[in-house]
Amino acid sequence: MSDVLVIARLALQEAVRRRVLTVVGILTLLSGALYLVGCVSLKHNSTSIIDSEVIKPIVPATLLGLASFATLFLGSVLSVFLTASAVRGDADRGLVQPLVVRPVGRNAYLGGRALAAAVVSGGYVLVVSLFATILTRVMFDNLPPSAWSVIPRLLAGVLVVTAVTLVVSCMLSTVATGISVLMAYGAGLIAGLLGEIGKSLGAHTLARIAEIVSWALPFEAMYRDALQRLSPSGPLGELVQLGPLGGADSGGVGLWVFTAAYIVGCGLLASWRFGRSDL
Amino acid sequence: MAGLSTSPMVSAMGLTKAYKRAVALRGVDLEVGAGEVVGLLGPNGAGKSTLTKLLCGLVKADGGTATIGGAPAGSTRARSQVGYLAELFRFPGWATAEEVLATHQRLTHRPSPDPAAERRALLTEVGLAHAGATRVEAMSKGMQQRLGLAQAMIGAPKVLLLDEPTSALDPAGRHTVREVLARARDRGTAVLLNTHLLGEVELLADRVVLIDAGKVVAHGAVADLTAVHGVTIETDEGRTDHRDISRDGIPALVKRLIRDGRSIYAVEPHRSTLEDLYLDLVGDRESDR
Repeated sequence: MSDVLVIARLALQEAVRRRVLTVVGILTLLSGALYLVGCVSLKHNSTSIIDSEVIKPIVPATLLGLASFATLFLGSVLSVFLTASAVRGDADRGLVQPLVVRPVGRNAYLGGRALAAAVVSGGYVLVVSLFATILTRVMFDNLPPSAWSVIPRLLAGVLVVTAVTLVVSCMLSTVATGISVLMAYGAGLIAGLLGEIGKSLGAHTLARIAEIVSWALPFEAMYRDALQRLSPSGPLGELVQLGPLGGADSGGVGLWVFTAAYIVGCGLLASWRFGRSDL
Repeated sequence: MAGLSTSPMVSAMGLTKAYKRAVALRGVDLEVGAGEVVGLLGPNGAGKSTLTKLLCGLVKADGGTATIGGAPAGSTRARSQVGYLAELFRFPGWATAEEVLATHQRLTHRPSPDPAAERRALLTEVGLAHAGATRVEAMSKGMQQRLGLAQAMIGAPKVLLLDEPTSALDPAGRHTVREVLARARDRGTAVLLNTHLLGEVELLADRVVLIDAGKVVAHGAVADLTAVHGVTIETDEGRTDHRDISRDGIPALVKRLIRDGRSIYAVEPHRSTLEDLYLDLVGDRESDR
């Protein structure tokens, strides 16, 4: 077993033994049940509206937009809590030193911690997104044409959050890392909302700032790109574009390239910072 | 150079290290040979832990060179020869002793033909034969320290760097650790033992390096550092201390007293202890800080 896998296994064992995954699983089941109740209620109480040919494509798109927001948010929180203590926090507690004095080295340690967080939070996003998409399809017999392409965008978004958390954890304690990354996450979403307001009001500076923030924190750009995939064409599509905390906006292929480079850059920065740290 | 060996397993020359404005090491030289136990002594803040961490690659030196088995300290080849026990360490509380050792076995890059047997042997050696299935969070501090020592000895490393390995142990535990380290020395392991417990060092170490304010202030074999200096002689005129006389000078002094007509009732050479040496060179420096 490679060193990276040994470290990742250790981090995953920690999550399992500390019952993190059990709690996450139970809460996710509760959230899924609520989503199911919401879908059933909407279907039975609004039959006449939903059956309208104009509204019909909007309903599943809006529900999936809401589900995407919740999935990315919860996946990101999970990732932050799994990664926030990865370096400085665990080093302060004396957990890192016995491992990195082994021939394993610091990069393998970082890789293992990142892999564990990515597997858990990415797996969470994948399972929940699939569940929401399938349930929506079953309930409304209809999905936006690009609904499945939302899932890889949410996965990329949560990987960005994991990478950012890893970098910050090389510099700050556990609590400081968690607070700063979650505040940055919130700032990204608020910037998305302000951008939509700016667009609606014709305030170009506000819209420009939102665009810059969404690229500086590309999980937000990925989320907006995901909403764009759900948006139906036509005037009623504007309703879906105004998703919760951020509007739809296509990033194109360039966003994927930028996001991949961003994640690699975060990895290199974390490696450089951890490599020169005294433990 | 604080060393004697011809081909040292641990070698440090002119090591310097500062944490921002706080200077921890000011040009430290040190050697530890194969099959040798060297005690590293000094007050809190003297630089002992920094030196130990630097040798195992946890801290980067500002200047000087350090090698482990001929490889630069901190390199993969150096780390593959080292077993390390930190002063402040922790293992995951949810893991059992067996699981802790199994994880470290996978990371040592020194595969054992029978990993389970190696784990059992190590746990037995440190007195935890009964605790293989005990979770770390259910262990006393002393048991965790014994487990830490077992972890350091996984894969029979050529060099053991131990930072306060007996600080949380009771007398029986300290005795066990002394026996473990004595056996490691007999197997040819180079041991650097960083401790405040001078008695431990006197009982175990072949050589001592005393460090203060980031500098080596004394080094040598324990027997040399604790050699006889002075003698008390009881004659028919009473007891007299002769402080400036060496061991070799005692017979001549006794002959002279007899020639002068004194009756000798007792000759008691003064043997200084490491504690005497420590207090002479370092004093109560911590209270000055």
